[in-house]
Amino acid sequence: MPDVTLTVDGKKITAAAGSLLIEACKSAGIEVPSFCYYPGLSLQGACRMCVVKIERMPKLQTACTTVVTEGMIVATDSDEVRQARKAMVELLLGNHPLDCPVCDAGGECELQDMTFSYGASESKFTEAKNHTEEQQWSPVVYFDRPRCILCYRCVRVCGEGMDVWALGVQNRGVSSIIAPNQDDHLDCEECGMCIDICPVGALTSGAYRYKTRPWEMNHVGTICTHCGDGCKTTLGVRQCDTGAEILRGDNRDKSGINNDFLCVKGRYAFDFAHHKDRLTEPLIRKNGKLTAATWEDAFELIGKRLREVRDHDGGSAIGVVGSNRTTNEENYLLSKFARVVLKTNNVDHHRTADYPALAAALRGKPGRTASMREVLNAPAILLIGNDPTNQHPLLAWQIRTNVRLRRAKLYVINSAPIKLRRQAAGFGLLPAGAEAKAVVFLSGDDSLLDSLASDGTSRDAWIELREKIRAEQNMVIAFGSEVRGHDIGKLAEFAATLTGAKLICLGDYANSRGASEMGLYPDLLPGYEPFADAGKFHREWGKLPAEEGASLREMTEAAKAGKLKALYVVGSNPVGRLGIDPFAISKTFVVVQEMFLTETANIADVVLPAANAYEKTGTYTNTCGDLQLVKKAGEVTNTKSDFEMIVRVADAMGFDVRGLVPFGSGTHSDMGQTRGAQSGEADRHAVWLEAHNLEPKMTPFDPMAILDEIQRVVAGYDISRVSLVAGNDQHLEIAESGASVAQNPELIVPANDDLFSSGTLGRYSKTLNSVFENKSADSEVAAD
Amino acid sequence: MATLVSHPDEVRVISKRFGQGATNIDRYLQLDGYKAVQKALAMQPDAIIHEVKNSGLRGRGGAGFSTGMKWSFVPKQSAKPKYVLCNGDESEPGTCKDRLIFEHDPHSVIEGVMIAALAVGSNTGYIYVRGEYRYLSVIMQKAIKDAYAKGFLGKNIFGSGYDLDIFWHGGAGAYEVGEESALMESLEGKRGIPRIRPPFPAVVGLWGGPTVINNAETLAAVPHIILGGADWYAKLGTPKNGGTRLFCLAGNLNKPGVYELPMGYNLKKMIYEVGGGISNGRSLKAVVPGGSSTPALLPEEIDIAMDFDSVAKAGSMLGSGGVVVLDDTACIVKFALRTMKFYRHESCGWCIPCREGTDWLEKTLKRFHAGAGTKKDIDNIYYLSENMLGKTFCPLGDAAAMPTMAFVKKFRKEFEDHLDGKPCPFEKAGAAEPVLA
Amino acid sequence: MRFCDEFEARFAEMLTHYPTRRSALVPTLLYAQDEVGFLSDEVIAELAQRLDLSELEVRNVISYYSMLTTTPRGKYNVQVCTNIACMLRGGEELFDYCRKRLGIGHKGTTQDGLFSLEEVECIGACSWAPAVQVNYDFHENLTNGRMEQILDECKKKLND
Repeated sequence: MPDVTLTVDGKKITAAAGSLLIEACKSAGIEVPSFCYYPGLSLQGACRMCVVKIERMPKLQTACTTVVTEGMIVATDSDEVRQARKAMVELLLGNHPLDCPVCDAGGECELQDMTFSYGASESKFTEAKNHTEEQQWSPVVYFDRPRCILCYRCVRVCGEGMDVWALGVQNRGVSSIIAPNQDDHLDCEECGMCIDICPVGALTSGAYRYKTRPWEMNHVGTICTHCGDGCKTTLGVRQCDTGAEILRGDNRDKSGINNDFLCVKGRYAFDFAHHKDRLTEPLIRKNGKLTAATWEDAFELIGKRLREVRDHDGGSAIGVVGSNRTTNEENYLLSKFARVVLKTNNVDHHRTADYPALAAALRGKPGRTASMREVLNAPAILLIGNDPTNQHPLLAWQIRTNVRLRRAKLYVINSAPIKLRRQAAGFGLLPAGAEAKAVVFLSGDDSLLDSLASDGTSRDAWIELREKIRAEQNMVIAFGSEVRGHDIGKLAEFAATLTGAKLICLGDYANSRGASEMGLYPDLLPGYEPFADAGKFHREWGKLPAEEGASLREMTEAAKAGKLKALYVVGSNPVGRLGIDPFAISKTFVVVQEMFLTETANIADVVLPAANAYEKTGTYTNTCGDLQLVKKAGEVTNTKSDFEMIVRVADAMGFDVRGLVPFGSGTHSDMGQTRGAQSGEADRHAVWLEAHNLEPKMTPFDPMAILDEIQRVVAGYDISRVSLVAGNDQHLEIAESGASVAQNPELIVPANDDLFSSGTLGRYSKTLNSVFENKSADSEVAAD
Repeated sequence: MATLVSHPDEVRVISKRFGQGATNIDRYLQLDGYKAVQKALAMQPDAIIHEVKNSGLRGRGGAGFSTGMKWSFVPKQSAKPKYVLCNGDESEPGTCKDRLIFEHDPHSVIEGVMIAALAVGSNTGYIYVRGEYRYLSVIMQKAIKDAYAKGFLGKNIFGSGYDLDIFWHGGAGAYEVGEESALMESLEGKRGIPRIRPPFPAVVGLWGGPTVINNAETLAAVPHIILGGADWYAKLGTPKNGGTRLFCLAGNLNKPGVYELPMGYNLKKMIYEVGGGISNGRSLKAVVPGGSSTPALLPEEIDIAMDFDSVAKAGSMLGSGGVVVLDDTACIVKFALRTMKFYRHESCGWCIPCREGTDWLEKTLKRFHAGAGTKKDIDNIYYLSENMLGKTFCPLGDAAAMPTMAFVKKFRKEFEDHLDGKPCPFEKAGAAEPVLA
Repeated sequence: MRFCDEFEARFAEMLTHYPTRRSALVPTLLYAQDEVGFLSDEVIAELAQRLDLSELEVRNVISYYSMLTTTPRGKYNVQVCTNIACMLRGGEELFDYCRKRLGIGHKGTTQDGLFSLEEVECIGACSWAPAVQVNYDFHENLTNGRMEQILDECKKKLND
C-alpha cells in the first residue's frame, strides 16, 4: 500500500497506509504514551493515555485505534491533550497503592514513569483506596489487584499470544478483576509472559519477588540454556558471597529472535545454578569414595592417567563424550583436543536430531534452511512430527503469531492431535511412527497411502492436504527427530520441488546443532567434514589419528570388552540419559566435568565442577542454525568453564596448549589506562576491538581465540563479529559436507523433555519442579 | 402491570393500541396490524429508507440520530449476513416506556423490525429485552410465535418470496448493554464491553455482519410512518423532530405516568398540566429532562420545547424521555450521589476514566453528603467530571459526568450548605440512616 | 446434567437462532439460574461444555451481569429500587422497611432461606414509583403497608 502523509505537531511525517497513528508517531520519534496498547496484541482503547487531538474531530481520539489518513493533522502535545493524560494518571493513582518502595516493579514501572512524565504534582484523591488481598495463583505467579490498572495485556498475551486463555476479566466497573482459570489458581504453561508484560507490579514472579531492587542487579542478555530454540533471556545478576547470583530471568531485551516470548524454562529455570547440590570442588575417587580434592591434584591425576592410556594403549583406548549444552568453542575445542591431544576419534555426544543427514541432503541446494525469524514471516509452514508447544516453545510461538497476525497457513502432520492443530489450516493424523511414510507420500508416491489413512485422516483428506501443501510457496518445513537419515533426503527432495521451501531440523538441547557442527562425531569433523576426507584439518590441526572412531554405543561395547581404558565426559550424562550400563565402564578411568553428581558423575574416578552456560562466554547455534552470543552472567566460586578445564587437562598431559588454542594473537593496544578509568574510552575501545576481531586474546582460556579458528575453519561459520558482539543472531548456511556420511539413525535418542523438564538441569530447578503442571516433578525429584 | 394514564393533549400513535388487547395477533390485525409491512414489501428498500428519513424520526433511545440516515449507512452488498437488532434493554433511570410497548403492543415492534429488515436487505432480526422484564419476554416470545404461525415470519413472508426470521433475546442485568456495541457483545454471549468504533455496527456489527440497531420505541413508530406517510408523521412534531414520543413523567408529580405527546411539547406544560403539577403542594426545584444522564434544568429553564434541538439549546438533552421532577425537599447532593452510585455500579470497567472516575466521585459525594466535605471537594467533583467528559471509551462516562457538572454548577450553594460538618439540610429528623449499600 | 424439559426445548431451539453457540449464553444462564436457584459449579461446567466455552469464560460473563449469581438466594428475592425516580418517592425508606422487616441487609438471605433482599438499580417502573420486584413480579406505587402485605403473601403462598 502507498504511504500517506500527515502532520503531527507541525511536522510532516509519512507512514504506511493502514498503520495506526500511535505507530506512525513512534516511527517519527514522537512519543504517544499508552498502557493498554501493545504491538501485536488486539486493540483495546481502554487506558485513554494515547489520546491526541485530530483536526476536525470534536473529541480527543485514541492514537492506538486511529488509522492514519492522508492529510490528517494531529496534535500530541496540546494543553488539552496534556490535561487529559494528567487526569488519566490522577484517576489511576486514586486507587493505586503507593507502595512503590516495596513493589517489585519499583524502578521498572510504567505507571511510575507515566506519572513522572505526564502526571500531576499533587494528589487530589483523599478517599480510602479500595483493597483486595493479594492472591497466589501458582508458585511463580502472584496477583495484587490494587496495583492492577486493567490494561488487559496479561489477558491478551496469555490468550492471543500463548493460546492458553488462562486469564479472564471478572466483575465490572471498579470491581473488575483479572481472574485465573481455576477459580483461585492457574492451570497453564506457567510461561510468566503475563508478569513480564504487566506494566506495573500487579503480576509478580514467585521466583523473584522481594528478593532485590532492579537497580541492584546487572542485566545480562544471553541465550537460554534449555531447549534448542535459542531465546534471548535477560538475567538479573547480583554479587553474592559465592560469586554472582542470578535472581531473575525475563525478556525485556526484545532484540532476540524470541522478541516478546519466553517460556517457563527461559524465565525461571536458571535456578539450577544455585542448587544446594551444585558441585564446587573437584572430586577424586579414593578408596572407592569420591573425595574432595584440589584442582591441581585433579588435573595432575587426569593428565597422568590419560597420558598413560594414550601412550600405552593408544588413543583409541580413550573415549570422549561431549555436550549439547556447552558452547561451540568448547565443543570445537573438545573435538580438537580428542583428535590432537588424546589421539582418538572416539568422539560422540547425545544425538537428538540428524543434522548431518540434513547437511548431506542439502548438498548442492544452498539457501534451503530457515531461520527462527523466518518462521514468523513465512506465508506457510509445514510441521512434520514433534510437538513444538512442549518441545520448541519459541517455534510454537512464532508459528502461532504468524498465523494470527499474518494469516500464514499452517499444516501439521503428526501422530498425535498436538495443540498446534488449533492453528492449522490442514491436519493429518498419522499412525504412530509413520512420519517417514508421510514424507514419501508427500513427494508423490501413493504406495503407502493406505497405511497413512485412518479414521482421523482419510485417504481423500491426505490427498487434499498434499494438494494444499504443494500449492504453497516459500514454505518453512520443520520436522522432528521422527524424520531421520535418508528420509531427510527425501524430504529435501520434496522441498526442492516447491518454490522457495526451506527446512528446519528440530533437535532437543540448547546447542545440539552446535555439538553436531563442531564435530562431536567419530566420523565427522567440524562443519560435517567427513573424517575420511579431512585434508583441511590435517593442515590445521596437524596429524590426526588414523584409526576409525567409535560411537558412544561402540565405546560402551569396547569398555565391556576391556578395550576402552579411559572415558572423558564433558557435560553429559550417558548413564542417566542414554541408559549406558554403569558396569560396562566400571573398569574404565572415567573423568566427568559436570555441575551435579549425576548418575555418570557418581561412578567417575574424577569429577570436575563445571560452570554452566550462564556462567561463561561463547556462542550457541540453535536448531535452525542461528548463531548467537552467550554471555557470562552468574558465577559460582571454584567452578571452571569446560573450556578452561579442557585446556588445563591438555596442559597436564604435557601438551603445549598453544597448539590447541591460538591465543596471543590480536593487537596489544591501549585499553584506556592512559585516559583514566572513568573516561569510558576503555570500554568503547574494547567493544570496537572485539567487534573487529582484534581484541587481544591474552590467555589460552579465552574462547574467542577458538572462535577465530572456527570462523576460519568451519564451513558456514564465517560470521560478522560486529553483529555477534552487538547481540544479534545470524543465520548460518548449513555446511555442505564433502561427502554424504550416513549416520545410524538408531543412535538418535530424543530427549522427550516437555515444558517443565530439561534433562539434568530440569531436575535441579526448584521452580520447574514446583509448578503443579509438571507431571514428572515427583519422579524427577525422587531421582535426585 | 403498569397503570395506564391519559391526558387530552396526548397524540396517540405508538400508544394507540395500549389497553386494546393488541398482544393478541388477531386483535392487532383488526387494529391495522401488519398492514405497514405488507405495504413496505411492495416498496423499494430505498423508498422505505427515504420515507423514514423524511419523517424526521430520530432515535428514541436517547442519542436522537436520524433513523433513516442510520439505515442508509448499511452497505447494499455484503458478503456477511445483515442483521436488525431491536434494543429493548431499557434501563436509563427515569425511563419506563419500552416496557409499555412490549406489554401492550409487541407486534408493532416486530413489524418495525420487519420493515427495517426490508429496508436494509436483512433476513434476520433480534429483539433484545432486558432480563428484568421477564413477563415481557413471555409476551414477546408468544407474539413472535404467533407471527410465524400466520406466515408473517419465516420463509416467504406474506407470499412475497422474502425470508425473514426474528428471534427474541434476553439480558441479565446490565445498564451498559444498552449501548449499541455492548448490546451486540451481550447478544454474542459475552461481557457487555463496548466495541472500538469505527467500524460502526452498520458496517461491522453482529458476528461481523452489517447491523442496524434501533430502540424499541423507534422501531414501533416505523409501521405508523409507513402507513401514515412521512409528511403526516413529521408534522406531528417540530422541524427535524418528527412525530410523537412517550414521555415518562416521574418523581414528585401529582400525576406521574407515561404520556405520548408530540415532539416539541412544552416542558413546563408537561409538568404542570399533563403531570398535574408538583405533589404535596411543594414547589419545583429541578427537572432531569431525559433520563439520569441528562443535565438538570432549573425551574426558570423549563419553558422550552421538548425536542432534541431545543433541549440541547437549553444545555441539556432530550435523552430517553424520562422526565424526573424534583421538588424543593429533594437534596441535590444526595440526588447527585444516587446518580453517581448508579453509574459506578453500572460502569463496565473497561476504561480508566469511567471506572475510576465514577468510583472516586461516588466516594467523594458520599463523604460530602455525610458532612465531611471541604470546599475543595466541590471543585474536585467538577474537575473530575470535566476530565471524564469526552475521554471515556463509550458514552457512559459522559452520562455520569454531565449531570454531575450541572449539579455543581447550578446548585453550588446547596453543596456549600453541606460543608463544615453540618448535617444534610434536607434530611428529615428521625429519617432512616442512609441506605446506600 | 439435564434441566427440565421446557428448558431443554428452549435451549435446543435457541441454538438454532444464532450463527455461534455461545450467543445463547446470557439468556440460558438466567433460565438455568431460575431452575437451579443459582449458578452452581455444576451448571457452569455443563453450560460451558454445551456451548464450547471454558468455564473461565462462563464465569467472566456471569460476573458481569447483576442478575446472575453463583451463590444461592432466598426463594423470594426482594429487589427494591432506590434509583432516582423511586428515591424521590420513598424508595430508600421502603428498602429500609424491608431490611428491618426481614432482618437482613443488602444481598442478605433470611435464615429460613425464604427471602433475599437486594437494593437494585432502575427496574423501569419510574412512573409508578416506588417499585419492587419480587423475583420477576413487579409491585408498584408501594407503601410500607402494601409491602408488608406482599411479604405476607409470599409466605402464605409457600404454606399453601
